[in-house]
Amino acid sequence: MNDPSTAEAVLFWVLAVVMVAAAAGLLFARKAVHAAMSLVLVMICLAFLYVTQGAPFLGVVQVVVYTGAIMMLFLFVLMLVGVDASDSVVETIKGQRWVGWLAGIGLAVVLIGVLTRATYPAVTGLADANADGNPTGVARIIFGQHVFGLEVVGALLVIAALGALVLTHRTRLKKLIKQPERQALRMKAGTRVTPLPAPGVYARHNAMDVPALDPHGNPIEESVPRVLRIRGQEAGTASYHADTYRRAVTAVADPVDSDPAVLLGTEESGATPPAAAPGETGGPLTDVDLGAASTKTETEP
Amino acid sequence: MSLTHYLVLSGILFSIGAATVLLRRNAIIVFMGVELMLNASNLALVTFSRLHGNLTGQVMAFFVMVVAAAEVVVGLAIIVSIFRTRKSASVDDINLLKS
Amino acid sequence: MTVTSLAPLLVAVPLASAAILLLLGRAADRWGHWLGVLASAAAFVVGALLLTDLLGRDAADRVVDVHLFDWITVGRFDLAAGLRIDPLSLTFVLLVTFVGTLIHLYSVAYMAHDAARRRFFAYLNLFIAAMLILVLADSYLLLFVGWEGVGLASYLLIGFWNHRTEYAVAAKKAFVANRVGDIGLLVAMGLLFSQLGSLDFESVTAGVESGAVSTGMLTAIGLMLLLAACGKSAQFPLQSWLGDAMAGPTPVSALIHAATMVTAGVYLIVRSAPVFEGAPTAQLIVTIVGAITLVLGAIIGCAKDDIKKGLAASTMSQIGYMVLAAGLGPIGYAFAIFHLVTHGFFKAGMFLGAGSVMHGMDDTTDMRHFGALRTSMTVTWATFGLGWLAILGVPPFSGFWSKDKIIEAAFVVPEGAAEWRAWVFGIVALVGAGITAFYMSRMFFMTFHGKARWTDSRAQASDERPLRHPHESPWLMTIPMIVLAVGSLGLGFVLQLGGGFTTWLEPVTGHVEHHEPVLSVPVIQIATLLAVAIGLVLAWRQYGALPVPTTAPQGSVLTRAARVDMYQDTVNDAVLVQPGQYLTRSLVYGDRSVVDGAFTGLGKLTVGIGQVLRRLQSGYARQYAATMLFGLVVLAIVVLAPRI
Repeated sequence: MNDPSTAEAVLFWVLAVVMVAAAAGLLFARKAVHAAMSLVLVMICLAFLYVTQGAPFLGVVQVVVYTGAIMMLFLFVLMLVGVDASDSVVETIKGQRWVGWLAGIGLAVVLIGVLTRATYPAVTGLADANADGNPTGVARIIFGQHVFGLEVVGALLVIAALGALVLTHRTRLKKLIKQPERQALRMKAGTRVTPLPAPGVYARHNAMDVPALDPHGNPIEESVPRVLRIRGQEAGTASYHADTYRRAVTAVADPVDSDPAVLLGTEESGATPPAAAPGETGGPLTDVDLGAASTKTETEP
Repeated sequence: MSLTHYLVLSGILFSIGAATVLLRRNAIIVFMGVELMLNASNLALVTFSRLHGNLTGQVMAFFVMVVAAAEVVVGLAIIVSIFRTRKSASVDDINLLKS
Repeated sequence: MTVTSLAPLLVAVPLASAAILLLLGRAADRWGHWLGVLASAAAFVVGALLLTDLLGRDAADRVVDVHLFDWITVGRFDLAAGLRIDPLSLTFVLLVTFVGTLIHLYSVAYMAHDAARRRFFAYLNLFIAAMLILVLADSYLLLFVGWEGVGLASYLLIGFWNHRTEYAVAAKKAFVANRVGDIGLLVAMGLLFSQLGSLDFESVTAGVESGAVSTGMLTAIGLMLLLAACGKSAQFPLQSWLGDAMAGPTPVSALIHAATMVTAGVYLIVRSAPVFEGAPTAQLIVTIVGAITLVLGAIIGCAKDDIKKGLAASTMSQIGYMVLAAGLGPIGYAFAIFHLVTHGFFKAGMFLGAGSVMHGMDDTTDMRHFGALRTSMTVTWATFGLGWLAILGVPPFSGFWSKDKIIEAAFVVPEGAAEWRAWVFGIVALVGAGITAFYMSRMFFMTFHGKARWTDSRAQASDERPLRHPHESPWLMTIPMIVLAVGSLGLGFVLQLGGGFTTWLEPVTGHVEHHEPVLSVPVIQIATLLAVAIGLVLAWRQYGALPVPTTAPQGSVLTRAARVDMYQDTVNDAVLVQPGQYLTRSLVYGDRSVVDGAFTGLGKLTVGIGQVLRRLQSGYARQYAATMLFGLVVLAIVVLAPRI
């Protein structure tokens, strides 16, 4: 493996193109997660190149440590931090874009210029060094010449872990509020004492965006998750009022009126036609045992 | 095809990493740019190791990885801690040293 | 233990007293003045003991050096601080301490109503100590310490009532004029040191007499010493401060600006006799300066209506006599010192008399509102009168014995000099005596005789005749006046008995063979007495017999010039102050525009660069990183470009 074989050349060219493209993703990706994923791709490709270059040990370490540990850490933090305006690629510092591009391209030109114009010795290859296997060779050097460095690096890792603990440690400034305190607060405030029901409870269908119904058949708006409410993805509360429900039941009972979507008053239609034209349906609107009906619907698959 | 190609690839990746540091505002992506630069240098180390038939280059790359791991731990901890206090992950918002 | 080892006490006692008075503050207010008197008296007692000791020795043994401590020891330069007790210094010690003690006593009463009397006595003691250091020093450097010390004390005492601006200005003026003289002394010391490598009188004398110093250099040193003497002794052209120095309390004028400090210049010239012996040109200039001052002071004295300023002009003139005598060489040294001593007595007496008059006349000094005080202030009249007769040179009063000798000496042709010098200086001295008689008599008659130009009845009081209640001063003030008047009367006669004083000074001034003046001695004496009589009669006719106008008549050109001190302030202002200020202003301008301009320009440049570079400090980490990377690229290009 002194000089790269044709197969290696093919592999290299394929991986090189992929890697540069993925690295460019780091520059242009609008979402941080995409940037992280493209970096993962670069790192995996690098692992291939390491293996090709006679460093299988490093290739494995690359996958395990970088891709498996470090990049996962990145993703965790990304999830923790969440979506942020800083993800935007719009430049805010005047002139920084030009300077950045100029410096980046300049660096590339200089590096490439130096690397291509430099004179290299004949390729020795790692055949001799890897005679006992690459991990063995690497281990000999690490635990031979660089054993002290290894110890120092070990200490460094411990210190880094402690440092991360210290940096992210938060001193509790207020008294910790636990369940009894919460309960006491709730009682004092005189608002809802019980926990909120899950969305969809007693409603016609059991979905996240459907408010639960209280014993009187009124929808409980707060039961829908806050995020959905803010986003406006909540199903209209009015359409889930018990009244609506009763008519829907009668509608189902009367197969003549056969547009369930309209009758059900799903969010797509948004309208409540049954309420608009009660006379047309001609269905009985009174004396329905709500409890029985609801039980009936519940039991009906 | 020669080993120089590997080195040029390493240089290009390094430059892209550097440009990322300069151009992106999200601290985490900036950090990824740094990681890319480290990886690029690792590639160069591995290539030189092959060129000289000496495994020390690989050992150096190994050490770089270890140090990078430590660095990531601390760096991300800093980012998280800053995010907690300033509710932002933008490196441009951390300019308290100005004035 | 010998008596001479007591010598350090001369300085130490007044100095300690001054320190105590200044440091204790108000705690010493009640008894501080008596401590001051006691310290001065103690110094006098020590001086008297030393005198008896020295008189008991052979003339050759009368120079005693008292080593105090090793002062400066640098390399080969080894200077010890020591006291030199010889007839000259002892004469001064006795004059300073005796007159000083009397004036201390006088001040107890004179300053009785001043809240800061204790401080006044502290300064007086400081002055005594400094003056004694000056005269007892055995080297020019220690002399300089005393020289500066008396300058400081003089400054403090002239400006004692410094709440009045003009007094403070007068003090400053005296101080500045003295500094000009000090430069002369410093340069003279520098020259002496560069030539001889030592500053003590003994080695200077030995070095100069061995011919190690060229005549030109000696002339330069002599002229610098003369400058110093002029500054301290108010000689032409540094005389302008003395008149203003009368701003100080009258005892101060009597002690410092009449009897002792202003004569330090004469002392310096006599002490530096070896230098002047080797530099005839410098000697001649000393004589000329003395002659000019003596005439100038006398003319100014004729026009002054302020009794103290008149006396100050007289002091200037009398010191002019001494300097003239000192410039005559060995023949005049003894007479200069002789006149200095007698003058110290009669002039101090007259100043105290003037103080007594002021005391009785509500602290006014304008003689045009005095007159006919003889009856109400008999003691003052008598003592002032004795001093007046002494300064006139009427035999047998003390001034006769000293001044007449100076006039005689002025008529002597110096060795190897042209005969005209004897004639010129002799006649100047002679005429000076006549003018002195005129202005002193004018002063005496205006103050004590004629008609009263004041009134003691409230009904008649007017601007023309202000209300005054003249009365004799208390005994504490009159006793010193009486003692000094006795000195004015008999001191000259006693000291000249058998050439006693000149012989006494011989260890210092050297023995001088008798020289014949160009005129015979009786002729000179008669001519002098004639001049004095003419002056006296003229003064009587104008100020004794005729009524004195209460406002000064316009007078002749000369009178008007004399009233403003011969325009000396104007001349100083035009010749020195204005060019000096112009120079200063241009230097300030040059400093501001060129020197400061360069530095502020540099500063502004730095600020400008900072203003530009400030933009780099944006606080954006990415911008810093960009700068770093940009620099890295540029550096790489610079490093690698030559290798392509």
